[in-house]
Amino acid sequence: MAEFIRFDRITKFYGPLCVVENLDLGIGKGEFVSLLGPSGSGKTTLLMMLAGFEQPTSGAILLDGTAINGVPTHKRDMGVVFQSYALFPHMSVGENIAFPLQMRGISKAEIAERVKRALDMVQLSAFADRRPSQLSGGQQQRVALARALVFEPRVVLMDEPLGALDKQLREQMQLDIRDLHRRLGLTIVFVTHDQSEALTMSDRVAVFNKGKIEQIGTPRQVYDEPATRFVAEFIGETNLVEGVVETVQGQEATVRLASGAHIVSALSGAVASGQPVYLSIRPERVDLSETRGDARNVLEMEVTDSVYQGDHLRVQLETAAHPLIAKLGRRSREFPPGTKVFAAFSAGDCRVIAP
Amino acid sequence: MPMKLAKFTFASLAILFLVAPLIAILPLAFTSSVILTYPIPSWSLRWFEELFTADAWRRAIINSLIVGSGTTLLATVLGTAASLGLRNRLLLFRGSVRTLFLLPMVVPAVVLGVGMQVLLARFGLTNSYAGVIIAHTVVAVPFVVVSVTGALAGIDERVELAAQSLGASPATVFCRVTLPLAMPGVLSGAVLAFATSLDEVVLTLFVAGPNQRTLARQMFSSIRENISPAIAAAAFLFIAATILVGLAVMVFRSMLAKRR
Repeated sequence: MAEFIRFDRITKFYGPLCVVENLDLGIGKGEFVSLLGPSGSGKTTLLMMLAGFEQPTSGAILLDGTAINGVPTHKRDMGVVFQSYALFPHMSVGENIAFPLQMRGISKAEIAERVKRALDMVQLSAFADRRPSQLSGGQQQRVALARALVFEPRVVLMDEPLGALDKQLREQMQLDIRDLHRRLGLTIVFVTHDQSEALTMSDRVAVFNKGKIEQIGTPRQVYDEPATRFVAEFIGETNLVEGVVETVQGQEATVRLASGAHIVSALSGAVASGQPVYLSIRPERVDLSETRGDARNVLEMEVTDSVYQGDHLRVQLETAAHPLIAKLGRRSREFPPGTKVFAAFSAGDCRVIAP
Repeated sequence: MPMKLAKFTFASLAILFLVAPLIAILPLAFTSSVILTYPIPSWSLRWFEELFTADAWRRAIINSLIVGSGTTLLATVLGTAASLGLRNRLLLFRGSVRTLFLLPMVVPAVVLGVGMQVLLARFGLTNSYAGVIIAHTVVAVPFVVVSVTGALAGIDERVELAAQSLGASPATVFCRVTLPLAMPGVLSGAVLAFATSLDEVVLTLFVAGPNQRTLARQMFSSIRENISPAIAAAAFLFIAATILVGLAVMVFRSMLAKRR
């Protein structure tokens, strides 16, 4: 995939506060990249710099190989969708969508045609003459989407566009946007703090923390192979267990836990023997049984609590050294508190993370 | 129940206290008598006729309209520009600058009047329409600033950012988005500026010459010279105009509210 957008050593200060620090990121043409992170991690600031609303303190932003630092927003040709919709309240839905086309001096007949097509695309054809205030939140966001796409911008930027919608609508819109992305071959940069949204929609996810990218990769990579403790904890739920590396063999390491047990685990980065590390084990990868079995890693534990949550059974386990949470499929048998069990998982289902 | 009655009585008395002067003067506008006093012998419109035919009164009305229009135009442009400038968050001492713009509201008009007379004399603008308009503009601008600032505060900044991203230059964003959205505030500011100019007396006394006698100024002087019911008729005009102004402001405010 050809690189289309490049952030080259971007730093942004607000007064003495550094919100983006020496950041490098490349985005391919037609790619859907999510910037995921907690609030204040710099993801929105990066998007605002790409849109031209903010200027980087240092570093360059390249679009298709050309630096666009000094280019004002209205000449950047990027469609922006905001969480607050940001529709023009004094214009009808049709006029809102026509606005970017009027700015480009397109003929009246063609504007009418393209507005109609855009309204069809978001299934709002019957609402062209309504005011935005007469529409529901979901409808307003679809108008904003149509307005940002109708002029066929080079890049579409979305700043938590689904944050104000309720859960069901949000999940529907996630699929709608993903579908539009595939059908129209758009390049989309999508800011969100919702990890499941990022995993659902993106080709790649960049996980932000304190103005830096902790990890960038496909949804599967950031979930299954977290590179840092922050990524492991921020995306999904995980068990973090402290231990010390005993030996390293290729892509695996043997880690000794405080309880004295040994765990063989896949590596996320380079570690040396003797190094204190964390093990990240996803709860749904842990199997429980009353017999030892033949898995690579087996821990003898006691059930302290067990909660039925409809789609899964959540079991809390304890040994002298460390607690562990297991999520079992709904077909699992019950594990009442006090049961002695063996918790088993393969080497590939856990990761060694340097602290 | 007695509490309710007490509240009702108090409210009625408070309202009576506020409108009593109006009740006292307004019926006299329709008297046929030649002096401004009760009882009213019979009803007549002769004092309205006097108002529009007697030279001094006619001139005063025309002067009020000239000065009022000039003030409205100048104050609305300056006040709107000031409000736009005050939006900039990076402005140093923004709060202090805003207070400065509102100062003419609280500074005693006498003080402003003296200062204005000294200043206008230096530029040779005393006894001129321009001088009166400038003086009125000083006291009218704060009303525009308050009104427009309120309207601008209600605009979601992202709407303007969105317009930029859709290809609108800063000038286009202003004409197509910011100004239309702030327009109810601008209009109600303009109406308030006109009303301020209409009933301004103190500054007018200091800076206007005999040729710029406004309606308010004419009423002030004629009540000392001859107590003719023409004053009551003029007062009636004033009240009617003020009610119209009030209605206009209410309409603009509700337009603004509907936008949200």
